[in-house]
Amino acid sequence: MRTLFSVLLIAAGLLLGEAPLAVAGQSSPQPPANDDCLVCHGDPEVKRANGTPVAVNGPAFAASRHGPMACVDCHADLATTTEFPHPEALKKVDCASCHGDIGATYRDSIHARAREQSGLNVAPACADCHGRHDILGKADPKSRVAHAQVPVTCGVCHDGIRRRYEMSAHAVALKQADPRAPVCSDCHTAHAIRRTDTDASRLGATAECGACHQSVAEAFTRTFHGKVTQLGSAGAAACANCHGAHDILPASDPASTVSPQKLQATCGSCHEGANASFVQYDPHPDPRDYQRSAALWWANRFYWVLIPGCFGFFGVHSLLWFWRAKRDARANQGRGR
Amino acid sequence: MTDAVPGPPPAAPPPPDLGAAHPPVVHVRRFDRPTRRLHLVVMVTFLGLSATGLPLLFSDAAWSRVLTALFGGFRGAGLVHRFFGATLLIAVAWHVANVLWRAFVRGERGLFWGPTSMVPQPRDAVQLVQQFAWFLGAGPRPRFEHFAYWEKFDYWAVLWGTLLMGAAGLILWFPQPASRVLPGWMFNLALFVHGAEATLAIGFIFVVHFFNGHLRPGKFPMDTVIFTGSVSDHELREERAGEYARLVETGALAELTVPPPTAAVSRRGYAIGTAGLTIGVALVGLMLYAVLR
Repeated sequence: MRTLFSVLLIAAGLLLGEAPLAVAGQSSPQPPANDDCLVCHGDPEVKRANGTPVAVNGPAFAASRHGPMACVDCHADLATTTEFPHPEALKKVDCASCHGDIGATYRDSIHARAREQSGLNVAPACADCHGRHDILGKADPKSRVAHAQVPVTCGVCHDGIRRRYEMSAHAVALKQADPRAPVCSDCHTAHAIRRTDTDASRLGATAECGACHQSVAEAFTRTFHGKVTQLGSAGAAACANCHGAHDILPASDPASTVSPQKLQATCGSCHEGANASFVQYDPHPDPRDYQRSAALWWANRFYWVLIPGCFGFFGVHSLLWFWRAKRDARANQGRGR
Repeated sequence: MTDAVPGPPPAAPPPPDLGAAHPPVVHVRRFDRPTRRLHLVVMVTFLGLSATGLPLLFSDAAWSRVLTALFGGFRGAGLVHRFFGATLLIAVAWHVANVLWRAFVRGERGLFWGPTSMVPQPRDAVQLVQQFAWFLGAGPRPRFEHFAYWEKFDYWAVLWGTLLMGAAGLILWFPQPASRVLPGWMFNLALFVHGAEATLAIGFIFVVHFFNGHLRPGKFPMDTVIFTGSVSDHELREERAGEYARLVETGALAELTVPPPTAAVSRRGYAIGTAGLTIGVALVGLMLYAVLR
């Protein structure tokens, strides 16, 4: 039995081991090693027909996330090329051959649709955000997609938004290296570039803001705005409707949409004619906070006595009545009524 | 608030007896037509308001979206809610005006005090204690009058709740006009009170009122008197010994004696009652599920 197994194992090993050798021997040459590529691509003097250099920064590539990989892992059509120097027009590198799930997410995004359906060639593909031969993981602060670098990377195209973001309280937090400070991808997501005007996104945004602004987000769900938003209706204001999105400022800043100076205009954008009294409304009230609203605190206290009191009293009343009536019914039956 | 008729006492009030062979099926009028209609309007609007308001109160519960969708989404539910709210407010306003008219224009007596009045009186406190004594087997059943204390509690709770929730609802319905006379934090208070009062009202009506009026042994599964308007002579004697004795004594019983409800009226009462009880129990079930989950 053991002998037979060994024979099978050896046979399998021979088959697997021999097959590539046989193919290589027949038609394909050995694919070029990275050093072979760098003979040309390491030389800054070597240029394409249009005069642009072909040089790749070898040390930067070696230090990148893809450093251990072979050039032909990505430039796959060169693995079988026999003639060097190879033709200038190569197949596009397909990142999704390894990063398939991210590729699938990206293909649904506005960026991908702009490129592929509308032919908007300036819309970003993988390399525009991640780089090419110098791709670093997002944990590396030098990476283009590192937390603090995201606004810079997105800002290459979305410069106007970046400048507004730079003024915001969130950008201040980011500059202070607060790891929780939100950047573009926290709300818009990195690859799907989720639309921010869908119900799902608006609901998610409340949770997103609530990750840091916990008590405020929780209080918001107690309000009419919050409840309607939770029901999935886009009709009511959520965080961004009042606070803005990219240029969020604290209420103490006169430029803030929720500063006392601007509040009437902000509320008025939905509630036409909102006056000074109207904006005394607290959009995230806390009935347990006496300092914030004494009226609400007292109302909360009142109902915490009234509701349990009513249900408690009539609960006992009903149970006793039930018990008494059942007993009477049994007694009547006993009398043969 | 029905009609105590203080007529001259006839000489001998004979207990109504309609034939010796069959047990006498004699009914006594308990609710007049306007009262029954008022209850029907309050009942239908209350159910509608609960069904369209609960999803907002428990907006994080999974069933809220389903219930909202039944009314054509949040906007549809809001419209239905406002329609029922306005209808209920009009009905209550009509009722209050009607009571005042009866008392002060028509000069009707006994609305604000006496055996047929809804106003709580010392007798009610005594009977509350007596009722507990009866529950515990320490005394006879109190001799209730036209309205027992728990019925008065229902009445005043609904009246108070409607006025309070109506005021809060109007503030939230018309925030800009409201803000011209009220400070903005009243919106916070109005929303809180509307929700808390709703919790109380829904829990109270669909549990306590349902039990006291319909589901308790002896009434189960329902009491249709509020839909048919009359109660059997036997039941009146058992449940409201005080009222029965007074009616016999004053001779008013004969005037209030009516034929038993026809089969059609009775059926209609059961149909309306069944629908109301079913919807109410379902709604309070959803509420309890959301609270206890």
